[in-house]
Amino acid sequence: MSSSTISRPATPAGRAASGVDERLTISAPLRRTLNKVFPDHWSFLLGEIALYAFVILLLTGTYLTFFFDPSMEEVNYAGSYDLLRGVEMSKAYATGLDISFDVRGGLLIRQIHHWAALLFVAAIVVHLMRTFFTGAFRKPREANWMIGVGLLVLAILEGVFGYSLPDDLLSGTGLRIINAIILSIPVIGSWVTFALFGGEFPGDVIIGRFYILHVLLVPGIMLALIAGHLLLVVKNKHTQVPGPGRTEDNVIGKRFFPTFALKTTGFFMVVFGLTAALGGLVQINPIWLYGPYDPAQVSAGSQPDWYVGFLDGSTRLFPPWDIYLFGYNIPPLFWPTIVMPGILFTVLALYPIIEAKMTKDTASHNLLQRPRDVPVRTGFGAMGLAFYSMLWISGGNDLIADKFNISLNAMTWAGRIGLLVVPPIAYWAAYRLCLGLQQHDREVLEHGVETGIIRRLPHGEFIEVHQPLGPVDEHGHGQLQYGGAPVPKKMNHVGGLGRAIKGFFTPIEEAPQRSPEERPAELTSSGRPKDPEA
Amino acid sequence: MTAAHPGAHEPGGAQPAAGTPPTAGPGPTDEELAGMSRRELVQLGGEMDGVRVVHAEPPVSPGSRQEKRAERQIAMAFTGAGLSAVAFMVLFPAWPWRQRYDGGGFQLSSLFTPLLGITLALALTLVGVGVVLWAKNLMPYEVVVQDRHEGASPEIERQTTAATLMEGLTETGIARRTVIKRSLGFAGAALGVLAAFPLIGALIKKPGDALYTTPWRSGMQLLSSNGVPIRPADMLPGSLQTVFPPVQGGNRSADGVTMLIRLLPEQAANYRARPGQESFRWNDFLAFSKICTHAGCPVSLYERQTARILCPCHQSQFDATNDAKPISGPATRSLPQLPLELDANGYFTAKSDYTEPIGPAFWERSS
Repeated sequence: MSSSTISRPATPAGRAASGVDERLTISAPLRRTLNKVFPDHWSFLLGEIALYAFVILLLTGTYLTFFFDPSMEEVNYAGSYDLLRGVEMSKAYATGLDISFDVRGGLLIRQIHHWAALLFVAAIVVHLMRTFFTGAFRKPREANWMIGVGLLVLAILEGVFGYSLPDDLLSGTGLRIINAIILSIPVIGSWVTFALFGGEFPGDVIIGRFYILHVLLVPGIMLALIAGHLLLVVKNKHTQVPGPGRTEDNVIGKRFFPTFALKTTGFFMVVFGLTAALGGLVQINPIWLYGPYDPAQVSAGSQPDWYVGFLDGSTRLFPPWDIYLFGYNIPPLFWPTIVMPGILFTVLALYPIIEAKMTKDTASHNLLQRPRDVPVRTGFGAMGLAFYSMLWISGGNDLIADKFNISLNAMTWAGRIGLLVVPPIAYWAAYRLCLGLQQHDREVLEHGVETGIIRRLPHGEFIEVHQPLGPVDEHGHGQLQYGGAPVPKKMNHVGGLGRAIKGFFTPIEEAPQRSPEERPAELTSSGRPKDPEA
Repeated sequence: MTAAHPGAHEPGGAQPAAGTPPTAGPGPTDEELAGMSRRELVQLGGEMDGVRVVHAEPPVSPGSRQEKRAERQIAMAFTGAGLSAVAFMVLFPAWPWRQRYDGGGFQLSSLFTPLLGITLALALTLVGVGVVLWAKNLMPYEVVVQDRHEGASPEIERQTTAATLMEGLTETGIARRTVIKRSLGFAGAALGVLAAFPLIGALIKKPGDALYTTPWRSGMQLLSSNGVPIRPADMLPGSLQTVFPPVQGGNRSADGVTMLIRLLPEQAANYRARPGQESFRWNDFLAFSKICTHAGCPVSLYERQTARILCPCHQSQFDATNDAKPISGPATRSLPQLPLELDANGYFTAKSDYTEPIGPAFWERSS
């Protein structure tokens, strides 16, 4: 359809590229992608950690499937781990042992997989906190927030399915509890458990079913959601931290190609390297020490992976309240394991809508907020974190009671009371902290930065000299308005000391020669030259 | 018909996908393009994408000591990565890796996984470090501004799109053809429900009385984990033994597993049975289900002085001297009791199955 003649590149690579473009008309979208600007702030790397952990999980997980058999068929172990030889166990557990002892390098990959899973959920949670506290979820990004919450829930489920697969004593006990949780659902509980487990616990199908959920269904959904998550980021462009030249109508940072692409590739390698180091050096989930699952046995101090700990805690803390309705029973297990997380994640997912309703804010926002500037939201966040932390700590209350010689019953009651008392205190404390920080920003804007220079006035009074950040009025009060961006609070932040000279033992660059009259170059807190006003 | 508007795909028309075109007008001609330098082309492309490089500063001056040093560091990182990768590939086949568990001392093979981990980690991390150093220390530090074109589409796009959509819907007549609408709704709903049938229909299994029964039957001997029947003289006062029903796979039975407890004499003297279950015990011997009535873990920790049974999963505690009632933690109901008696040879046997469902509670369970 093209009317004008097209250029003929001279090099083979150029001709190949031209050939691709003739077929796909891809030049414009490709250039737009290369030119996409990524804001430069460390907190934007948190989501990348989650993405890279997911990639590592796909790679190592695929490897593990070559050696793992998710069968509950009983076998007599004959592998090379002497201490369990001759013991009856499921094929799943036996092949789990094989990966650890009879596949060369299998233990390394298994441990990388487990560490990457722990890192994956942790990175999602921290990324979510960043998004929450900076208000990045506001219009137009509500949908992406919800996708993110969905990914968090799926990541937790995926983790539970995964660590249930080896069918060891620890994960089998977890399966037993999962069975009891589903059994506790009113009306349909027993039917759902029988459908899922193929009969009464444990049955002989659950490992196989969890396996297909773990390796196909859930990762497939997650992959689609991650693709949607990233597409929406590209469509809406990134938010950015307020700063010089940054407005609602631009993004300031680095182009995808070459700087960002190079840095993010390096970052992926570092994340992968970290999980490899953990997988090689730090033992995780040593299933051979737990033994095969046996419904008659359990070990004291059983703990799930960290991201399930809060549910364990809520289950331990919930009071023994049985409800009977017309001769039917709602077991106490139902509330802390299904209702509580259900409410928690629903409120979390709907938070953008709730906040917009509360603040009546219908505008689109591309500039992030500092947590101190939104004390109510920050307070809510602190409250949620305190609630979660109380549950999480209570998930290990037996270990705390044991190690610190505290009565177990006292730990339970401290958890029950703390769960109700600590979150409001956290809200109040965070709220006050935000107001205090706001006030300090205003103070510096009005009176300037403390210089540390004490001057004695002619009449004997001592004052500290303050460096105003901008023009002052006749009373010496600064006239700069607060702009939602960090206010420099140390002389070094405004270039008072100049930039540090590079070099480790010896300087490798000349110190800039600067006459005393010369105004020091304006520097931002990172020591880089300030962005010119756009 | 749609192909009749080639003009819409001319150079100017390719851009609205990214938002409003930043440059109005036809843009440079082919001859002008051919005469432009690469720099100018990059700048032109940036303008078309709403991207401006407002600041670009080389981090080091070409040929300086700093540049040499940065180059050296990056090359060292990559070389280190390569060497680590080679080390991994040497260790993997060559290092002894099979572990023996003979209680002996140090084995080289116990270093296999850590060595692989270190070399792999170094290979990956050093590539990452080299790449990041490259981006930071050799590539220009740039500050780039990209315009956003967000929010609602221009009114002309909104109006025409909405009209096209509504026109099409009107042509189908779905709004006024009520019969079609209703029958289609019926078919859609039925198909939607149908989709659930193959899966749920195949998965569903009637619970029946499975949750109400265990393998225990009248006259069954209580077997220890070694499969040996138990006599009263086998257990000291204040001890507990896990026992199993004598059926195929009974030692792995998830609902038949039972605790046989012999109370201390003073505990037995104060024992309070549930009304109607006074005859379930045999002297100072009691048998309770080992499956916690809360979440189904085996309740495993027995404190002989207080006769308390603790579940390690959620810390419910049960009082064995008082019908195994829960006295702390989240559990709400007593551990079910297995009625005991001795058979003709003096071995413990069950008088019957449990008289109530064992294990975690569920909706239909009414007691």
